[in-house]
Amino acid sequence: MSAKGVLKGYLLPGLPHILLCPEKNQNWMQVRKAFDRVREEIQTSGADILIIYSTYWPSILGHQIQADPSPEWVHVDEQFHDLGSIPYKFKMDATFAEVLKQKSTERGLHARTINYQGFPIDTGSVVALKLLNPNNKIPAVIVSSNIYSDRAETIVFGKAMADAIEETGKKAVILVISSLSNRLFTKEFNYAEDKIHSLKDQEWNDKFLELLSEGRLEDCSQLSRQFHREARIKKVTNFKPFWWLAAVMGQSNAYSGEVYAYAPLLGTGAAVAGLTPGVEKASDLEYDEENVEKYSGDRHVLDISTSIPKPTQDMPEMGPEYE
Amino acid sequence: MGQIIAGCLAPHPPHLVYAENPPQNEAKAECGWEVLRWGYEKMRKHLKALKYDVLIVHSPHWRTQIGTHFLGVEHLKSKSVDPIFPHLFRYNYDLKVDVKLAESIHDEAKKLDLEVKMMRNPDFRVDYGTIVSCHMTNPDWDVPIVSISSNGAAQYFSFDVMQAQMFKLGEATRKAIEASGKRAVLLASHSLSHRHFVLEADPPEDMSKEHITHHGQYLWDMKMIELMKKGKSKEMIEILADFDEQTISEANGGGLSWMMSAMGFPTYPAEVYAYGTVIGTGNAIVEWNHLEKGVE
Repeated sequence: MSAKGVLKGYLLPGLPHILLCPEKNQNWMQVRKAFDRVREEIQTSGADILIIYSTYWPSILGHQIQADPSPEWVHVDEQFHDLGSIPYKFKMDATFAEVLKQKSTERGLHARTINYQGFPIDTGSVVALKLLNPNNKIPAVIVSSNIYSDRAETIVFGKAMADAIEETGKKAVILVISSLSNRLFTKEFNYAEDKIHSLKDQEWNDKFLELLSEGRLEDCSQLSRQFHREARIKKVTNFKPFWWLAAVMGQSNAYSGEVYAYAPLLGTGAAVAGLTPGVEKASDLEYDEENVEKYSGDRHVLDISTSIPKPTQDMPEMGPEYE
Repeated sequence: MGQIIAGCLAPHPPHLVYAENPPQNEAKAECGWEVLRWGYEKMRKHLKALKYDVLIVHSPHWRTQIGTHFLGVEHLKSKSVDPIFPHLFRYNYDLKVDVKLAESIHDEAKKLDLEVKMMRNPDFRVDYGTIVSCHMTNPDWDVPIVSISSNGAAQYFSFDVMQAQMFKLGEATRKAIEASGKRAVLLASHSLSHRHFVLEADPPEDMSKEHITHHGQYLWDMKMIELMKKGKSKEMIEILADFDEQTISEANGGGLSWMMSAMGFPTYPAEVYAYGTVIGTGNAIVEWNHLEKGVE
């Protein structure tokens, strides 16, 4: 079942090239055009809040929530400073931030709101808000990614967000800022010749793109640990964005999914993908449950006394003793 | 000929600046972390008497995966707000950069096939690791700095790859300093063990709540300090990867490896000014003084 109030969820890359120099690579331009398309969808969606979970904003003391009503700065990326400066002025929903803090606390989490002039809003959030909400038509809230928080805590934090959306009655669009594979090239190179860092990264990205295109969000969540081992530099404890997104959106596969663009971005996997609740195109493709809302008993997956389906190409014949 | 006159392990918890209550920082404290702050006081007094020309700092909080970067703007003025501890550190800085020396280190590093880049954007915000270590070492800010980024090679490849790169960067730093004719002090801006508490005391400076996260980290910190005090810097660097694995050390940014290489892996005992914990992490303030030990 999808969470109340969530209109749509998106996965977006966060490197500044999409904002500052998409023209330097034709595939980056496709990603930029996908952002443009997402902007149109969001601006006409009727959403009254944009909620951002950014893997570019680490925290240690619990979960931080941006609550400065009007943060303003000239942002420069710490690594890609030569691409230029990004002046910004955003509109945040400070009231919603306080509700989220309260809901997080009620669920046993340590959370706090952040409202300090000059606080460094991360590059991923800046890129998303500049491209998707250029006139600040829709107020936003940004939450951090706690570096020590693993699956259980991250999922509870997502549920706290769902609580806050429901309590406020907001219509929300959820933005998760993260690459898929995250291995950057470590030397300067000709941007026009960008490619995914390795074939293995590409194959894992393909698998996640397949799942996303089928709306299988919970399956992405379930595969996050494996994805972290296979296709991620271990900068943080784990790959969390799909845990959090799935928890906010209802922990199921009941979505319509679409991949708007996918391209190498300095070796990383940059995907723009959208998930729309309620269409339930893939709701019969649960990773390991038939129904995530109601327990319907043992599925007898190991019980040979029950009827065995006919073998398929994925399931070889087991032999006469099973018949 | 220029020379490295001293190198210091100069940790950067923003709590130390917060507790000092300098006019540059908006947040105000009652007190806190005195052992470490008094250690910094002793070190800065000692260094001041040496009359150094430049502070060169390597910071793990300026993270650049594509090579090592150097501040390349002569005057930088802005506000640094710590993204983790914004309630403690909102610091208005106004600093001078020795761009010529930074460029010289950049060029020497390039000759050694390291990936390097100068940072020329005047809107760039200097990282809080650089600011805290420099402030605690020289709160007067009357000496220019060179700030060097950390390239994260320990995570992207391995600790050994990181160390190999830092050894080269240290060599490049030494050559550039020698050619500059300047008296330089190096700062490796990081803690030792680095497992934080995930909750904070109220107020943060409540010292009755401050201690190491766990005893295993403390034992490792003491092992490292023992090697420093015995002048066994090569042995220290050799076990740094194990130390890092056991303590989630901040040394994986490369600062200590860079500094020891630049100083030719000192064999004399270091001066340990202080050891203390900050929100559970282990921090030591340590000086290797080439000048007093007669190292040229």
